[in-house]
This record gives sequence, C-alpha cells and structure tokens, in this order.
Amino acid sequence: MDLSLSEKHQALADEVAQFLARHGARAPKPHAGHQPPDERMLDWHALLVEHGYSSRTVPRAYGGFGAAPDVLEGAIIAEGFARAGVWQGFTNQGVRMVAPTLLEVGTEAQKRDYVRPTILGRMLWCQGYSEPGAGSDLASVQTRAVRDGDDYVINGQKIWTSFAHYAHMIYVLCRTEPDRPKHAGLSYLVLSMKTPGIEVRPLPNMTGRREFNEVFFTDVRVPAGQMVMGPGDGWKVAQVNLKHERMKLGDPDKIVQRLHRLVTLMRTPQADGRVAMQQPELRARLLQLQAEAAALRAHHLRLLTEQAQDIDSGVKRLIVKLAGTGLLWRLSALAIDAFGEPGLRYAPHVDASDDDQVTVWNFDHMHDLGMLIGGGTSHIQKNIIAERGLGLPPEPRAASALPATTSGDHHRIRS
Amino acid sequence: MRAVAQRGFDMALWRELQALGVPALRVPEAHGGLGLGLLDAAVAAEALGSGSVPAPFAGVAVMAPAWVKGAASATQQAEWLPRMASGEMRVAIALDALECAAARAPSMSAHALTGQVSGVLDAAGATHCLVLLGDGRTALVAADGRGVSVQAQANIDGTRSVADISIDAAPAVPLDTAADPWALAHRVRDAGRIALAADAIGAAQHMLDSAVAWAGERVQFGRVIGSFQGLKHTLAEAVTLLEPCRALLWQAAHAHDQNADDAPLLACHLKAHVGDVTREVARMTTEAHGGMGFTDLLGLHHWFKRCAFDRQFLGTPAQCRDEAASLQGWISPLPVAVRPTGATA
Ligand SMILES: Cc1cc2nc3c(=O)[nH]c(=O)nc-3n(C[C@H](O)[C@H](O)[C@H](O)COP(=O)(O)OP(=O)(O)OC[C@H]3O[C@@H](n4cnc5c(N)ncnc54)[C@H](O)[C@@H]3O)c2cc1C
Repeated sequence: MDLSLSEKHQALADEVAQFLARHGARAPKPHAGHQPPDERMLDWHALLVEHGYSSRTVPRAYGGFGAAPDVLEGAIIAEGFARAGVWQGFTNQGVRMVAPTLLEVGTEAQKRDYVRPTILGRMLWCQGYSEPGAGSDLASVQTRAVRDGDDYVINGQKIWTSFAHYAHMIYVLCRTEPDRPKHAGLSYLVLSMKTPGIEVRPLPNMTGRREFNEVFFTDVRVPAGQMVMGPGDGWKVAQVNLKHERMKLGDPDKIVQRLHRLVTLMRTPQADGRVAMQQPELRARLLQLQAEAAALRAHHLRLLTEQAQDIDSGVKRLIVKLAGTGLLWRLSALAIDAFGEPGLRYAPHVDASDDDQVTVWNFDHMHDLGMLIGGGTSHIQKNIIAERGLGLPPEPRAASALPATTSGDHHRIRS
Repeated sequence: MRAVAQRGFDMALWRELQALGVPALRVPEAHGGLGLGLLDAAVAAEALGSGSVPAPFAGVAVMAPAWVKGAASATQQAEWLPRMASGEMRVAIALDALECAAARAPSMSAHALTGQVSGVLDAAGATHCLVLLGDGRTALVAADGRGVSVQAQANIDGTRSVADISIDAAPAVPLDTAADPWALAHRVRDAGRIALAADAIGAAQHMLDSAVAWAGERVQFGRVIGSFQGLKHTLAEAVTLLEPCRALLWQAAHAHDQNADDAPLLACHLKAHVGDVTREVARMTTEAHGGMGFTDLLGLHHWFKRCAFDRQFLGTPAQCRDEAASLQGWISPLPVAVRPTGATA
C-alpha cells in the first residue's frame, strides 16, 4: 500500500481540480434513483467517462478510458469530487456491477454489445435474484428456464427488483437443471426488459418512492447466447457479481461524500441558531465516524492494492459491506440528530432535487436501512465473514434444506 | 511474562530484542541504527503487542530517538544515538509538561533540573530520562543520578512501566536545537500514539485469533460453540471492527514520516478509534472464551490489559477527539492544559 503522492499523482490531483473549476458548476444534482436519469445527467456522465473520472480502467475497446489499475488514482479523483461537492456520475448496478462482471466472465459478444452503453449510463440494468421464497437463501430460486431449440423459455416471479420499472435490461438467476443439486442447477441470463412476456408491477417502499417492483415472467424467450458462462454456472456468475455488489454497497467514496455533507451541516447554524458542532455529544459522534471513515478508506486502498497484485484478500474483502453500510446508517442518523426537533420533517417531492435538506437526509437514512437488508442482510454478512472468512463451522441445517453436495463454497447463502 | 511483569524490566529479554535490532529501528544508519521508518516501527510494535512482550518500546525505541534527532546538537547525537541503537542507553519519556500549566512544569537553571514529572513512559530499566520543560526546552537527566528519585506507578498492564519522578537540582544536559520545540514535542507524542495504537492492534488481533481457535474446539450442547450464530456473529463483528484499523495505522505512520499536513489529525483519529475498537474486541473475545477468558490460567487478560494501557496512555479517545476537532478548526484551540502558554505557533 503505497500512499505517497508521486509527481504523476500530484499531476492528476491538479488535473481534477482544473476540471472541476472549469466544469464543476454545470454538474447536475443527481436524483435519488426512483426516476431514470435525464439528458443532463447522461451528458455529464459521458464527459466524466471521456476524462477517465468514471469507468477509468475499462478497456478503450469497450468504451472506457483504458487506464492501468492504480490504487491512488481512483481515491484522488473521488476525493476531489467529494471536496467540491460535485456529482461523480452514475454508480448504478450497470456501471459498478454488470460491466465488471461481463468483463470478467462474459463472452466477447456480450462485452461488445453491453459494456459501452452500460458504462455510459444509457443501458440501465436491474437484478432478478430475489423471489418470494428465496431471499437470504438465494440458491433456492424457483424461476425456471427451459431449453427449447436455440432459446431458453423463462417462467416464474422475481421480487424486490429495484429499478425494473425503467431498466432496459435484467440479469436473471434461474433454475435450468432441476435435477442437479441446489447451487449447481442455476444459470444466469441477461435479457431486454422489452422481451414479450415480462410484466412489472410496482411495490411501494418505506421512503414513499417507487424503487422496487415485482417482475413476472410468462413464456419469455431468450436466445441461448444470452447466457453468461454455461448452464449450471449461474451461481458462479452470481458470486462474481455479488463480489462487486459488496464493494459497491460498502463504497468508501460514498462514505466520504456523506461525511463532507455532514460536516457542512454540523457547522451551519440551524433555524434556532444552534450549531451542532458546538454540542459535545454530537461532535464526539462525528469524530468517531470520521475516524471510522478514514479507516475504511485506507482499508479500501489496501484491498485495491491486493487486487492489483492478485492477492486473495479473504476476510478483508468480506467485511466491506457490513462495515460500510453500518457506517452510512450511523452517518445519516447523526445528521438527523443534528437538525434537532426539525429533523422529523419528511416531505419528498416528485423531483428529488426540489427536496429540502432534512427530507434528503431522512430519505438517505431510510434508504440506508434498505441497504442493511439488500445485497445480503447484515446477519448473512456475518455468517459469511465467520464461516468463509474466519473458518468457523456452518450452522446445522434441517435435512431437507441440505443441498445434495455440501462442498466448500456451496454451503452458503447469498454468498 | 508474569515474572517480568512484576519486576518491570528484564535484562535477558531486552538483550534478545537488542539482538533483533529493536532499539536500533529508528536510529539513523549514520549513528549505528537501522534507519527505518515509523511504518516499520509500527509493524514491530504490532508484533510486540501480539506477544504482549514485557519490554519497553514506544518510549525507548520510538519517541526517544525522534526527540533526540529533533532537539539534540550534532555532538550530542553522535554521543547518544549509537548507545541508544545498541540498547545500552535506554531513555524514558517525560512529556507531561504538554499537559500541565507552565508554572508547574520542570525548569532548569545552570545545568540543574528541578521538578516533578508523572506519567513517565518506559521508566523501569531506563538509564536516562528526557524531560520536557515548561519553556519548551528539553533536558536529559540520568535516571540513577544525584537528586533523582523514581517511583513506579502501579498500572493495569504491568508489561510496560510508568513512573513518577521527582527531580531536585539534578545535573542535566539541555537539548535546544529544535526550531519549534513545542511542535517537536507534539510530534514525538504523535509517534508514541502511533506506536501504542499498533501495539493495541497486535494485542487485539491475538485475542481474536485465540477466540476463533477456541470457538472451533470447545464443545457445548453437543456442538462446537463456533457453530452457534450468536458467537459467530460476535466474532464477525470483531474482525469487521479491527481489520480496517490496520490500514489506518499504516496510513498514519506513513503520513507521520512524510510530514504530511494531515499527520497530526490521523494520529489523533488512530489513537482514539483504535482505543475504542480494541476495548470492544477485547471484551467480545474474552466473553467468547467463557470462564477460560476470565481466569488467570489462560492469561488472556494480559492482552486485555495491554489494550487498556494503550487506550489510556498518551491521550484517551475523548482527549484525542477534542484535539482532532481543534485541529480542524471545529472548536477553538484547546486550553492551556494542552497547548502550554508561550507555545510558538
Ligand atoms: C432496498 C432493497 C433493494 C433490493 N433490491 C433488490 C434487487 O434489485 N434485486 C433483487 O434480486 N433483490 C433485491 N432486494 C432483495 C434483498 O436481496 C433481500 O431482501 C435480502 O436478501 C433478504 O431476503 P428476504 O427479504 O427474503 O429476507 P429473509 O431472507 O426472509 O430474512 C428475514 C430475516 O431473517 C434473517 N435471516 C435469514 N436467514 C438467516 C440466517 N441463515 N442466519 C441469520 N439470520 C437469517 C435475515 O437476516 C433477516 O433479518 C432488495 C432489498 C431491499 C431492501
């Protein structure tokens, strides 16, 4: 983990500062994700990709900036944007999870067709994993895909599918080999949401905004070439994707941005004249969280370093989601406390950019709770950390729940 | 360890550390040392904490060389540093003038030092003591010299020593080449904070490793206790708390050596955060051992106490957070008790 700023890095920091000085003012404020991105957001994001401030290491052949992996570069760019309070473009599932997954295990055709529009934010994705009967126990999904000529035909139901109401594409974990043991019978298909036979029904969530949905599949036909890896490899692909999801959900850049917002809030006099920073209890909490954020950021750099050296980070990688989402939740909780009694306000508008500060923090706080659940709950994260990271024995399970083989990676849930 | 912990200093153990080059780590090569960075010293500190090694380190091997390098003349350095590197000269650290009003701090006239200092680190086995004076200068005094009396303070840990020293017109040598002696004193303390945090991380990691091993062996209700989710989750939380501390440690140690702008802030954050995390991890892992964690039979409590010492000494979490707030301009500068009057900015 080399932390000194070389000339090259100093030059990048200067370049970012110049970019922000020149263009920062026209950066749009992103909306919360319940609506599809608009043209201003897409244009801004395209500018970031062009300069290498998003998808920096994606090869040029697939529309990225083609930079060699460099631990510090990403951190320098993120810090510059966070300090300036400028939006650093989409961090959606497509950009952060699907593109890296396809680059890792996709076919040449899949990379060529999907990576470029995905990293530009023009192709939006949703995740068809959870089902009414399969949440934490993800490998028990029942949605079926049956081979018919050159196609697969999908029937079944997904639930809690975020952004399915405007996504262009979905990646679906479904059962193709019902005779094989639980984990070995799954496959991974990517398909357009326009494919006939898909029906999306909204599910309200606690924020009052429309974010997730039910998705029904009735005789949905997909060419076999839309499968990522082979039949029965679905769990493997899901693992790759979940690895990126865990990193996305524990993202230190997001934590640093939050922290900057929180510090500003706590230094600003509120309506009643109080300044949160002058209240010892609130200040002490902020300082605790600030140190924790610094530790997670340093930890992230350590992981990136190990990744660049092909070192298996083991338990160090597994803790990221639990640590990051827990910290985000406590940051937004502190913001609400810093408002005092007015912190009870919640009045979301249709367009999130019209929301007042308290509403935004209350939205974030509820959203953070969702993130403690989504992507594998905190309980499940702890199971994974303890069993795969620390090597503790699995819980005994009911005989009927046991897969036919219980080897290594296969005994776990959403992991 | 038990025996040494009661005596405070063990020459045979010290000779072994000497052979490994531990006292030479932070002494420049030109003076017979290894010339390594604080990051290297932090790695050593973590190993010492992990073994709960009853020997001086943070004061003698980290703070003292830094202080001498920053404040002693070339002649003094040439005289002392080689002897510090060899482990023959062991220098205890009396920085408490940073914490008390100038009038109560030790003072010096005509090479005679007078005053009371408390919280002197690595006093057991020390041959000398570096003392911060009320005017910001530094004096070196022989630990067994005329007019010096050392009273060991009982402390929770016992594997490291802290003492009160009364000094009455003792012969002493001034060190006065530092351009900004108060800044140097703070820097020396930062280095000590980083070393103690590293030590605590090593100690807590040892406890966690021990708890994981125990949880994989001990059987209750016909099952290995590590298969109970309550315990499993506790240990998962412990590793999630502890592991990122290590990266923060490396960053703080590195920043310290690079004289980075945020080095003092990182040292404060590190000391505070590691203090809280290791207390929590020490609790969780002791509980995981059941009665075996509480008893003296296994001796796990030595590591618990190691963490406790590292947390309290050279700035508690609350104190470090106040400093962190003040360094960022969130509260007005701290009162005289922390930044003595006459401090050059
Ligand atoms: C905001 C949000 C967005 C989401 N977006 C998507 C999406 O886009 N696509 C998608 O596929 N899914 C999505 N999900 C679904 C999410 O992945 C699941 O909700 C999650 O995995 C938990 O599954 P479940 O809801 O069935 O809860 P359950 O699995 O029924 O869990 C209920 C409780 O039981 C606990 N529990 C279960 N098993 C264990 C165990 N072995 N040990 C200890 N405790 C256990 C859980 O921790 C939880 O506390 C989203 C969820 C949320 C909240």
